Amino acid sequence: MSQIVLKGIDKFYGSNHVLKNLNLVVEDGEFMTLLGPSGCGKTTTLRVVAGLEKPQNGTIEMDGRMVVNAAELFFEDPGKRGMNLVFQSYALWPHMTVFDNVAFPLTVKKVQKAEVKRRVMDALARMRIDEYAGRYPSELSGGQQQRVAIARAIVSQPKVLLLDEPLSNLDAKLRVDMRSEIKRLHHELGTTILYVTHDQVEALTMSTRIAIFFEGELEQVAPPMDLYQNPISLRVADFIGNPRINFIDGEGSFAADGALVVDSAMGRTVFPQKLLTGDRPGSARFPVVLGVRPEKIILSAEAGEGLIPAAVYSVQPAGSETTIHLKMGQTDVLAKEMGIRNYQVDRQVGLRIDPDKINVFDKTTGRLIKMAVPD
Amino acid sequence: MGTKQRRENARPFSWVRVGNWLKNAFSNPYNLLVIISVVALALLVVWPLLQMIVTTFQLAPAEARRTRGTAGEWTLYYWQRILNSTVSSNMLYRPLLHSLMIALCVSVGSILLGGIIAWLMVRSDLPCKKFFSLAVIIPYMIPSWCKSMAWISVFKTPRIGGSAGFLSFLGVAVPEWLAYGPVAIICVLIIHYYAYAYLLMSAALSSINSELEEMGEIVGAPRSMMLRRITFPLVLPAILSSFILIFSKAMGTFGVPAFLGMKVSYYTISTMLYSSIKQQQTAVAYTISLILIAIAAVVIFINQRALGTRKSYATIGGKGGRSNVLSLRKWKVPITIALFVFLGCAVLLPIGILVLQSLMLKLGDFSLSNLTLHYWTGEGVKEIFNSEPGVLVNPQFYQVLGNSLKLVVVASFIATIFGQLIGYVNSRGRHLRSGRLVEQLVFIPYLIPSIAFGAMYLSMFSTAKTVTIFGQTITLMPSLYGTFALLVLVTVVKNLPFSSRAGTANMLQISVELEEAAHVQGAGFFKRFGRIVLPLSKKGFMSGFMLIFMAIMKELDLLVILISPSTQTMPYMAYSYMSGGMEQYSNVVAILMFLVVFLIYWIANRFFNADISQGF
Repeated sequence: MSQIVLKGIDKFYGSNHVLKNLNLVVEDGEFMTLLGPSGCGKTTTLRVVAGLEKPQNGTIEMDGRMVVNAAELFFEDPGKRGMNLVFQSYALWPHMTVFDNVAFPLTVKKVQKAEVKRRVMDALARMRIDEYAGRYPSELSGGQQQRVAIARAIVSQPKVLLLDEPLSNLDAKLRVDMRSEIKRLHHELGTTILYVTHDQVEALTMSTRIAIFFEGELEQVAPPMDLYQNPISLRVADFIGNPRINFIDGEGSFAADGALVVDSAMGRTVFPQKLLTGDRPGSARFPVVLGVRPEKIILSAEAGEGLIPAAVYSVQPAGSETTIHLKMGQTDVLAKEMGIRNYQVDRQVGLRIDPDKINVFDKTTGRLIKMAVPD
Repeated sequence: MGTKQRRENARPFSWVRVGNWLKNAFSNPYNLLVIISVVALALLVVWPLLQMIVTTFQLAPAEARRTRGTAGEWTLYYWQRILNSTVSSNMLYRPLLHSLMIALCVSVGSILLGGIIAWLMVRSDLPCKKFFSLAVIIPYMIPSWCKSMAWISVFKTPRIGGSAGFLSFLGVAVPEWLAYGPVAIICVLIIHYYAYAYLLMSAALSSINSELEEMGEIVGAPRSMMLRRITFPLVLPAILSSFILIFSKAMGTFGVPAFLGMKVSYYTISTMLYSSIKQQQTAVAYTISLILIAIAAVVIFINQRALGTRKSYATIGGKGGRSNVLSLRKWKVPITIALFVFLGCAVLLPIGILVLQSLMLKLGDFSLSNLTLHYWTGEGVKEIFNSEPGVLVNPQFYQVLGNSLKLVVVASFIATIFGQLIGYVNSRGRHLRSGRLVEQLVFIPYLIPSIAFGAMYLSMFSTAKTVTIFGQTITLMPSLYGTFALLVLVTVVKNLPFSSRAGTANMLQISVELEEAAHVQGAGFFKRFGRIVLPLSKKGFMSGFMLIFMAIMKELDLLVILISPSTQTMPYMAYSYMSGGMEQYSNVVAILMFLVVFLIYWIANRFFNADISQGF
């Protein structure tokens, strides 16, 4: 069991309120990603959990054991929390060899020499860098240094592994390799992982759940595909997905049967009541924003009956997929099709969008008021 | 506290909370280091300063008799005497004017000289750059008072100097104003301080991307305009910092005006301070010190205002862009020759003259038959300076050499250790009020000119400071006057701004994450410090040590009023030989000391890659 429970965490730097009443539960064995734009407080959260920062308010429990209780000014020492951290910069000690770097956590715990050697070589072999044991960090490539940093973090068999943007210093190809490496590591060790990143692809591909942060506040915690298909707010929707989600302004009202009726550049769309969230705007007519993922727009080469008319603005083929920039009246939308497609610029086409796949947001509050049906 | 209370939710008082607060505070080594630093700096910097201020407002027994007051009484007597009485013109205003004039001329002259050399070295296609880059900083390694000795040897006239100088011997009639007084002082100081301007400005110049200048060239600006409109504004911060640095150093300098001014009764504020102390007019001397400190503080304050922060000149370094050199064309040969001649005058000539003079049995007689090793190795002869033996066979010299080395090693070791610890606090507490407090406290000795700092410690440690609590007398500060410990203490504290700056730079280059990575593994503070911080700071530690070592080795101004016969150092020995008219002995000591300094510099440069520009 290594469940982490954060309750009411507040963190200030001077008068700067970095974490605002943070509540988060990380379940045992979970791969939880903290995602958000830079400066949103995700790294601070990780450092608070690690014990490198002391929050002003709130409590943290691990396995039911209190490790932080700000009200009593109780902060368990980082070394006694049974977790380990991989730094963004790797923080390898330049004056120690790879072996000594990885052995350090064990020597601190006064493990026997033979045991240290066995466990260090085991960790190095797991990360496939055992042949570099005698080298110094400066003699390794970035990817190899990354592996050493992870080996150092797992050698003490922590119950929780914290990773702070571990892939941000690697080049694109290595990043993809290390992504699968870390995911496999999670699978093999079964350790609870708390992972910080600003890269949504990393978050979507690796995590069991994502916690998304904006300006020190936790916005939504959900499994990656739920987050993608039903973002709880406009800013989550905007942050997740590449190419970006399309936002189409409209005006909403409720029909007599409780259905939501929206008039927009797409014409009139009716959304049945069963897909509505609890959030209901008070007024009779209210501004809304329709969120449509680019891959949910289906293009027909010709405009036609029941189709939304649009004009091709530009076409960007990328081999595996093609992004098409369209003008729907005055509204710009992006559509994505698989494979190589070609449309003539300025050609009139017809669009079909399944209302079930559309998210509707209240423009005033930015909250989701109508969910999409998951794939 | 107001903001803090707002930040934390209101909660009732609890003992657990207080206990944990105490536990957190004391288990955090950062806090302990801050407390120790603040207490130590308060005792060793703030208290002496306050003590000195108080002394100037208290009537001393000597004056109490004269003014018919009671000793210890609160008085404005000294301030009035200094600022507004019949003697104030002689005691304060004239020396002050002299000091200001000298400081101004020296700053301007040094910046012109240093700036030109820096530009030539960085920006032009001057030949033999490698040689010049070492040669131009050698003057900095020769103590300024050594240079004034050389100056005297060259220019002195039989009328004042007692014997002929080199030029008089050659038959050149040397005007008196050139031999002694302001002109001599200014020239010697410029030859000494230009190295500071050179080091700061060459760093600034090499950080300028030459593309900026090339851009000017592309739009067709003439070279003079490029220098004026592009290069000059970019190095302006470096010029300003050099100005402030040299100005405040020249204001407080003692050795040169003592050698070149006192003989003709040309006093500056620092020599006036010295002679007041020698005449037992302690309170008067302290008043003068305070005025000197105030001026230095104002100057540095203006510097901070003008440049934003004190550090701005240090950060100019940065990464340099591509740097193309400009061709000197037809000026190349004349400029190179001029530079060689200048270095010959500034480096070889002083050393050469000192060596030559040390070999002369009778001063002023430059004939071959007059050469002797008497002052180096001769046994004492009754006719020559009362049987004073040659320096190398004088047991007293070895005692002084031992003193010097002991002082230098002990003081630079302690200063470097504390510098590193304070550097640790500074670098880890940059964003905290406590870290900034320590940084500011440690900066205070920098504001205080050396001789005034010496005076301050004289006032502090001439008697023991005790407090009586419940009938028990506790000694807070023992009387240290005349002890070796006092010299160590004053040297360490005065050099803390430099050593802690080196320490901060050293600690800043060790990323906090390296330490945190060990913290997460469960390593305690001492383990982290011993296993991570110390091994990584070893090199910076050694180079900081060497720089402080060199600075202390040639230190005269700071120690001159604190030294007692049993605690003499080499510079002091040279100084007292000189003031006793035994010039040759003085020259021998100076040469030997210079050899030690140069040897240390060579070791520091060769083995530890020390950057001499960090040394001030």
